[in-house]
Amino acid sequence: MVVRRENMETENINIGIKQENLEELDPKAKKYLRGDGANLEVLRDKRLKGQLSVKEKLYGQSAKAAAMAEKWLLPTEHGYLEAEGLEKTWRIKQETILQEVDIISSRKPFDMVLKDLGPYRFDYTLSGRYMLVGGRKGHLAMIDMITMDLIKEFQVRETVRDVVFLHNEQFFAVAQKRYPYIYNRHGTEIHCLKEHGAPLKLQFLDKQFLLVSINKFGQLHYQDVSTGEIVGNYRTGLGRTDVMETNPYNAIISLGHAGGKVTMWKPTNPKPLVTMLCHHGPITALAFHYNGHLMATAGIDRKIKLWDIRKFQVLRSYSSYAQSMDFSQKGLLALSNGSQVQIWRDPVGSHDYGRYMNHSMVKGYQIGKVCFRPYEDVLGIGHSMGISSILVPGSGEPNFDSWVANPYETKKQRREKEVHSLLDKLQPETIMLDPSKIGTVRPPRKKVRPSKKEVEAELDETVQKAKSVTFKNKTKGRSKPSKKAKKKEEVVLNAKRSFRELHQVEERPLKKQKVDEVELPKSLQRFARKKL
Amino acid sequence: MKVKIISRSTDDFTRERSQDLQKVFRNYDPNLRSQERGVEYTRALNAAKLEKIFARPFVGAMDGHIDAVSCMAKNPNHLKGIFSGSMDGDIRLWDLANRRTVCQFPGHQGAVRGLTVSTDGQTLVSCGTDCTVRLWNVPDYRNKSSSDSAGNAAVPIAVYVWKHAFWGVDHQWGGNLFATGGAQVDIWDHDRSEPVNTFKWGNDTVMAVRFNPGEPDLFATSSSDRSIILFDLRMSSPARKLIMKANEDTNCYSYDARKLDEAKCVHSDHVSAVMDVDYSPTGREFVTGSYDRTVRIFNYNGDHSKEIYHTKRMQRVFCVKYSCDGTYVISGSDDTNLRLWKAKASEQLGVLLPRERRKQEYLDAVKDRYKHLPEVKRIVRHRHLPKPIYKAATLRRTMIEAERRKDQRRRAHSAPGSMPVKPFRKRRIIKEEE
Repeated sequence: MVVRRENMETENINIGIKQENLEELDPKAKKYLRGDGANLEVLRDKRLKGQLSVKEKLYGQSAKAAAMAEKWLLPTEHGYLEAEGLEKTWRIKQETILQEVDIISSRKPFDMVLKDLGPYRFDYTLSGRYMLVGGRKGHLAMIDMITMDLIKEFQVRETVRDVVFLHNEQFFAVAQKRYPYIYNRHGTEIHCLKEHGAPLKLQFLDKQFLLVSINKFGQLHYQDVSTGEIVGNYRTGLGRTDVMETNPYNAIISLGHAGGKVTMWKPTNPKPLVTMLCHHGPITALAFHYNGHLMATAGIDRKIKLWDIRKFQVLRSYSSYAQSMDFSQKGLLALSNGSQVQIWRDPVGSHDYGRYMNHSMVKGYQIGKVCFRPYEDVLGIGHSMGISSILVPGSGEPNFDSWVANPYETKKQRREKEVHSLLDKLQPETIMLDPSKIGTVRPPRKKVRPSKKEVEAELDETVQKAKSVTFKNKTKGRSKPSKKAKKKEEVVLNAKRSFRELHQVEERPLKKQKVDEVELPKSLQRFARKKL
Repeated sequence: MKVKIISRSTDDFTRERSQDLQKVFRNYDPNLRSQERGVEYTRALNAAKLEKIFARPFVGAMDGHIDAVSCMAKNPNHLKGIFSGSMDGDIRLWDLANRRTVCQFPGHQGAVRGLTVSTDGQTLVSCGTDCTVRLWNVPDYRNKSSSDSAGNAAVPIAVYVWKHAFWGVDHQWGGNLFATGGAQVDIWDHDRSEPVNTFKWGNDTVMAVRFNPGEPDLFATSSSDRSIILFDLRMSSPARKLIMKANEDTNCYSYDARKLDEAKCVHSDHVSAVMDVDYSPTGREFVTGSYDRTVRIFNYNGDHSKEIYHTKRMQRVFCVKYSCDGTYVISGSDDTNLRLWKAKASEQLGVLLPRERRKQEYLDAVKDRYKHLPEVKRIVRHRHLPKPIYKAATLRRTMIEAERRKDQRRRAHSAPGSMPVKPFRKRRIIKEEE
């Protein structure tokens, strides 16, 4: 969608661009190119080469046009916090920041103290306008974060473990004591999803309309909320866990397990795509960067690691502890530990995260969840005594796109968007580690099995080599022509045999031999699995 | 300390009055929209499906003739007028917008075989098996209301009687001459009762004549001895002749007129003889009508058709025409009807809003991008065929495959090099004469 739309603009905008201007724009335009172009030099088909080079040129033009248009399309500047002199940014208190900012921003931080209904979890809609709050003891509330109106508040009188918005603020799912439930914004129960079992954590994949839950028994369920179909139901086999995060880049679900493993799942595969051992000891938190390349994990072994999930390698490892983590749209990392919140920043883009801001709640509050509000410089904190939010300058994307997520959406726009997103609903098969692979060609397998001819030629060669061996001249009749011929024959045979053995091993890996089932003793036979 | 926080006042991002348009903000950052390719693919798939749903090419039928429609001519000066001639000697002028006869041109005693209109749109030339060429004034029906002119009859300006029956006629582009084909090729002037020039090469009847729109002096004929002859009016004798053994072999062959030793492209898909061909005004595609009761549309360089049109009632198609704006196709068939089709089956008729147009362009681009993927390809390619045609096509495929296999075996069992591989583009050409 993006590339094409931009193409249309290219023509209008290009008229005004001067050559030198283009060169200045290049670093900005790189972002819109979405990676390097194809290498056309290796192509032999001239016609294809021509067609592709025209396309590449168009992509370049559209990227430049998009970079040019930034000036007009992106009116809001992003936030920042800069220390002057001997100041350190992490020593700056929220109160100090509050005095400096405008009135609208000063209304954003708040502390909601809700003592009775226990540790709170919350979720924002994709546009960041609405917040859903769920108290452990059954308290549910939806708040409009722009007007700070309470839209609905109700009690389910049951344990609530997690809350999550579905595709818009009209529906949300709640992980309750025994099943996940879906409610609408008026608090009416719409569905009870009994197949899921007792869920610990919920996630919603908005492009696929999939509700994902992990239950008490370590079972992962994928359910399509638009059709109601259960797409996947897999046993993780790695025990109970409530650490589940979605990679926003490719919609792959990651689970952190008690054994220190992180597994990555897609709905069409009964086994995890990736299993990586990240920590010694249980994993406490996971977070994914928006660009999809960076994963942060925290373990009980007091380590926080940053991973490059293209190579599955550790980039950095820090000695620290976090109970929950979240990446912001601009790449800040928020960590919570007890009643402390830390915000880390990568100042130069080398994945070297350092301290950026600190915030401490009242002592004794246990923070259960931190989450950045999309398109705002705000961090939401859910803790044992309610919900808070603090200002984190430079965390949110300053410019929203009306067609992606619009905080000022009207009713009509919302309805229209619902229809369009249903039309563009992705099939569960489109979830894969590299989503840009869709529509591309799989490169040919590198190792090609040698053909019969080649094998024969090689055999010939070895035989020839064996034949051409010269023997030492021996005495006492051992160098008689008959003896020599016999010896040579032997050498050739040996060479042939060894060659065949070598190739047989390569060609046919030994099949798993069926082991005859051992007869169990009579007393144990009733435990044996019954044959169908 | 310097600090700035994103702060948006609601007033800047919402409309002021209810009559205003909603404000729209764009941010093309790829990080904001994940899984773009998946979304694009889904859109391409949906667009392909919707295209199939909206493919309703048949606009309407025009009846009035009482015998098979044998030829048609479009009026280069008037978009919605089309002339048709039938086997009983009836010529009619149709109003495509209302699908009604505007005017009739009675006079021919036998079948009308050729119709053409001069480039200025003033004169209609008709010829037929009754050995006459008739010139008619094209009525200015723009001033008349179509209701009272239905039974309107015109009288010819001139009737030229000649020695032989005529099989085809075509008017020169931008000039005053027209050529007729029959036992020989005659060049006529509007004002002379006898041909100004006559060409003959071989003894067989010329079936069709067509002038070159780019070079007004060049024209080509096809005759019943399987030959195609190129003529130049500036010369006294025909220029070149090409003999093919492709007599009604259901294929169309496009040639570069400068290089007649091989066809540029062979367009195959019909299962019976192709009766008529007409290029679209852009020259990028052409329409064919066939004896197998279908109309097909080909790309100028496509070896298979991109569209097939058929109805239960349409019989053998004798003539097809693209409309002058390239949006419609008109076919005339054995069942005495003219049929009006859309040139693009799923195109929306009428004026498109700019937004709709842009959306359509976007969907076309996305479809083009993912056309190689199996699911999209399958949906885009699928056409429903009438059962007899489906069966005939299968049979043809089997026959071609068998022939190919036989050829392959023959080649394998003969001396290497004794049976050179001839591409299909050249296989049907017997000889080229100067």
